Amino acid sequence: MATLKELSYRKDPLTGGHRACAGCGFPQIVRAILMASKDPVVVTCATGCLEVTSTIFPYSAWTVPFLHNAFENAAATASGMEAALTAFKKKGKIKGNVNVVAFGGDGGTYDIGLQALSGAMERGHNILYVCYNNEAYMNTGVQRSGATPRAANTTTEPAGKVKSGKMRPRKDLTGIMAAHNLPYVAQASVGYYMDLIRKAEKAFATPGPKFMNVLQPCRLGWAYKPELTFEIARLAVQTCTWPIYEVENGKWKLSMKPKDKKPITEFLKLQDRFRHLFRPGNEKLLEDLQAETDKNWETLLERCGAQGGMV
Amino acid sequence: MQIVAKTGNEAMAEAMRQINPDVVAAYPITPATEVVMIFAQYVADGLVDTEYIPVESEHSAMSACVGASAAGGRVMTGTSSQGLALMYEILPIASALRLPIIMAEVNRALSGPINIHCDHSDTMAARDFGWIQIFSENAQEAYDNMLQAVRIAENTKVNLPAMVTTDGFIISHCMENIKILEDQEVKDFIGEKKVPVSVLDTDHPVTIGALDLQDYYFEHKRQIVDAMGKVAPVILEVAEEFAKKTGRKYGLIEEYKLADAEFAIVALGSTCGTAKVVIDELRAKGIKAGMLKIRVFRPFPAEIIAEKLSPISAIAVMDRSDSYNTQGGPVFTEIRSALYDKGKKPKIVNYIYGLGGRDIMQEDLLSVFNDLKNVGNQPQINYLGVRE
Repeated sequence: MATLKELSYRKDPLTGGHRACAGCGFPQIVRAILMASKDPVVVTCATGCLEVTSTIFPYSAWTVPFLHNAFENAAATASGMEAALTAFKKKGKIKGNVNVVAFGGDGGTYDIGLQALSGAMERGHNILYVCYNNEAYMNTGVQRSGATPRAANTTTEPAGKVKSGKMRPRKDLTGIMAAHNLPYVAQASVGYYMDLIRKAEKAFATPGPKFMNVLQPCRLGWAYKPELTFEIARLAVQTCTWPIYEVENGKWKLSMKPKDKKPITEFLKLQDRFRHLFRPGNEKLLEDLQAETDKNWETLLERCGAQGGMV
Repeated sequence: MQIVAKTGNEAMAEAMRQINPDVVAAYPITPATEVVMIFAQYVADGLVDTEYIPVESEHSAMSACVGASAAGGRVMTGTSSQGLALMYEILPIASALRLPIIMAEVNRALSGPINIHCDHSDTMAARDFGWIQIFSENAQEAYDNMLQAVRIAENTKVNLPAMVTTDGFIISHCMENIKILEDQEVKDFIGEKKVPVSVLDTDHPVTIGALDLQDYYFEHKRQIVDAMGKVAPVILEVAEEFAKKTGRKYGLIEEYKLADAEFAIVALGSTCGTAKVVIDELRAKGIKAGMLKIRVFRPFPAEIIAEKLSPISAIAVMDRSDSYNTQGGPVFTEIRSALYDKGKKPKIVNYIYGLGGRDIMQEDLLSVFNDLKNVGNQPQINYLGVRE
């Protein structure tokens, strides 16, 4: 695995001066993943924060080839790029390996882009699809998505006098992608940066369709101080609300088992999207959320069939 | 040159085999499914070098086409009706990114109510997305138009996507004798695609599809209109070269006994074949009937249409779709607009006909010509053969 020092000599795919918010997690995700590739990369991206903040014409923060098509079709667009790449390689017009990477937010991945993603993965294109998952539609003002966790406050499923934010738990998209029997599926967090790089390297070394679901705290939508992004991204893992693991050819493997599993309130209390949970009367809901997290964690441990280890 | 029996779908698939594109992304839909099936078999039998993407929807078909075309590939797809409608979101992205994707589009009624037969509602609803639209009267034209579309769309002055249409079942499923070129002749005619930029060129990274706000969006849209304005002469150049190779002549429109006509109809697609028979019968009786067939609907060849129609005393515009604006079908309103500046204007009426695949028979068109003799005694917008 490349060290941070080695990576620092590689070309930065995203220049400074892009318009992402202070404290935004996705520039780090983009850098970690693309710099993990030894070969040249080409990128496509769903409509969303990343595309909007990196490309306002006539400016572009991308130093690698970049194509934006629409919201729900990054995976389909990537499959077209990959097909053309294969055609050109066969005809000798392109020599050497080029990695095709698609980025989508959770809205463009869990919700409106799920069909295109499922189709592209099932067809087996040699692409890496990365979901930068900030658990809501942040680009348009914090609307709920299928990735929004239960009880989070969003603008389209807000907490109010009779409701406590989102009613249903998020879907297990990483599990859904694992059920596509892909050669490589990983769940990661921007807070565990070397783990993220290691997973990207592994993905690039694996031929065929790959999927990575990377948790990216959003200081705007999660409502916390910008300097806490990495801390919150780590707490998500340490409280087991967002365990990090990989599924390699059907084999589940935990990337990190916290020594002392922290209560989820450690993660929740730093974010205003969960503020309502700490008001009197919501104790039962907090208990339920902890129980749900524990149950999911146990299920994951069973799937991984091992104790896992520290990264 | 060979003479072979082909349905419209087979003719389009044959053209695609000879074009041998880098990438085809397509999804099956009646009545265009055969185009995809036949092509998939070509791939399976190793008759083409194409990377074929059997996508999970038409939305992904067009999205994958955009990805492959932005990568510099020669890219094709085929669809119809609901499939085209599912692509609508991506069609203007393809034209705005100036990607010369070629589509075999089989005209079929849009739902609802659900229907699988021919009308032009699907293609007409896609008329304002910056795509070149070429209509075919029969399988021969479908084949010829596919080959010419590649040259037109990929012309560096143009770089716009193009759809070549046939009429669902009427052309797509009916077998005719058609003349096809040798593979090498097609290869020579279409040539290699010129690629100005490619998203796969890692030595020269480009950003394609950037967010484009108040500062530049308008200029980029203006450039699409400018490119569309350059399409007509390119179509005529390509047609001339094609005629030298095949003897088959094409223009933006086709005139049928129009020069001295007193009464004329305007139509697109398969109906034109029926109209020619009717016009011959009327001419035999000494009635000066004629037709203007529109081959290219986008860009709209307003100037030549106005010039040809202006001297005629009465015109019936045949629309195989309605726009629901209560002012007539899309062809009618464009033709009326084209004639506005002409000093001499014909009397003009509109017939919405054949929706959902309702047959248009010779006697239907005869009744239209009969009406034209007494034009003025009828509504301006007529629904031909509908039970009111």
